[in-house]
Amino acid sequence: MTPMLASFDPPYWLSTVIKVLVVGAVVPTTALILGVVFLFKIMSWMQSRLGPQEAGPRGLLQLLADGVKFIQKEDIAPNGADLWVFKAAPLVVLSSTLLLYVALPASAHLVVEDLDVGVFYVLAISSLSVIGVLMAGWASANKYSLMGALRAAGQLIAYELPMVLAVIGVVIQAGTMSLNGIVFAQNGGAVFGWTGIGNPYILTQFIGFFIFIAAVQAELTQPPFDMPVAESEIVSGYQVEYTGFRFLIFFLAEFATAFVFAGIAAVMFLGGWAVPWLEASSDWYYVLGPAVLFAKVMVVSFIIFWVRFTYPRLREDQLQSFAWKFLIPLALVNIVATAVLKVVF
Amino acid sequence: MLALLVAQNIAFYIIAALMVFGALRVVTCKNLMHAALWLVLVLAGVAAQYILLAAEFVAITQVLVYLGAIIVLFLFGIMLTRTKTGTDDNLNNSAGARRMAALIGVLLAGVMGYSLWDGFGKREFGELTVQRTAEVSDSIFSTYLLPFEVISILLLAALIGAIVLARRD
Repeated sequence: MTPMLASFDPPYWLSTVIKVLVVGAVVPTTALILGVVFLFKIMSWMQSRLGPQEAGPRGLLQLLADGVKFIQKEDIAPNGADLWVFKAAPLVVLSSTLLLYVALPASAHLVVEDLDVGVFYVLAISSLSVIGVLMAGWASANKYSLMGALRAAGQLIAYELPMVLAVIGVVIQAGTMSLNGIVFAQNGGAVFGWTGIGNPYILTQFIGFFIFIAAVQAELTQPPFDMPVAESEIVSGYQVEYTGFRFLIFFLAEFATAFVFAGIAAVMFLGGWAVPWLEASSDWYYVLGPAVLFAKVMVVSFIIFWVRFTYPRLREDQLQSFAWKFLIPLALVNIVATAVLKVVF
Repeated sequence: MLALLVAQNIAFYIIAALMVFGALRVVTCKNLMHAALWLVLVLAGVAAQYILLAAEFVAITQVLVYLGAIIVLFLFGIMLTRTKTGTDDNLNNSAGARRMAALIGVLLAGVMGYSLWDGFGKREFGELTVQRTAEVSDSIFSTYLLPFEVISILLLAALIGAIVLARRD
């Protein structure tokens, strides 16, 4: 089967259509999986309750039922809202998420576009969702929305820096910004000359991993960094006026972004789609790669959601000083240490 | 090769038309927030043009710096100061300022158009090669190291200046 897959070389237009369809199908599916597994089930178990039970086996289809409910609802916009901007905002957020999936490799060839600057691309595109959030907050003509959007912008700007700086350590070690290149570098690496498990960068870049996960948590505006959508202070912030399928788009984008960031973290720190005891150039990865990546993504997502369900919300000033006074200096020290060690070894 | 360039030319004109339309809307629309959002279209168009020229790295830098940072700063500033929706009638400048702006615009277009025509008018489009990021960084950190460092110092000075201006004590 693998040689047939390898020789499949469709014309440009056909491959583009296939890629668009695959991304269009993968994004809602991943959001659905994370929503059901973590938001409904694991959160319930952590809080000693059962979670949804009625829809489907063990309530696993609850989110699908919710999705249908959202789509059926009336499309309401507030009277004072700026209609065009109000309606476009969720789409801006969603398109930023869709573009993130372009760079995520599920095996050496199973990637929408294997960019030479993959890491850089991901960081640049992830900063676009702020525009959508600000549009939503402003166009709703509601002071809670506005406050939420301002909080979101301040938070996303503050946590973009540690995220970029955390990634630099990995880029220095791998010597490439291509996400596939980073996977190959980890698969072919060695821990002090021992090649048994390659060199997953979580061993050497554990500080980078910690900073990256903390920054991802903040970028997703999840607890303990959920001040922009704090329901008890500003009634869900910029999302407060959205209902029906527009709210569904925000929801979808949040969980799909969580999945893709967990995927990027898995690629950069856990060896991506490769397993250590099988060469990264092996043809087996055509079928094995996506499964391996999915398993690693679920592990990273579990960490992200575990923190989400167990920590209380920080205060706004604590959030800012955590980024500027702790994460950024730590990331800079990490970069210097990595660079020095790279030259020494 | 020729077919590729035809497709590129068509894409160039489509994107350029969108950018010109967006730029006109930036200066004519009656709401500051909308003006900033139209500017997004213009700046995204610039990034698209870079991609057409096979300069990935520059295009992504354009997205990161202009769309991810500068536009967000604009929106942030507008939302902190004027937040109302609907049209704003106080946005028009006086007739004198308009005449001045028109004069500067015409002069700028003339000078830039002339120098571009003079410098590149007879240049044939060479073969487009994809620019590797490694090559970009190699040339920044060897051939252009001094200008790079000078720009860093300039930015540092601007940063310190901003802090000095913003401090109250």
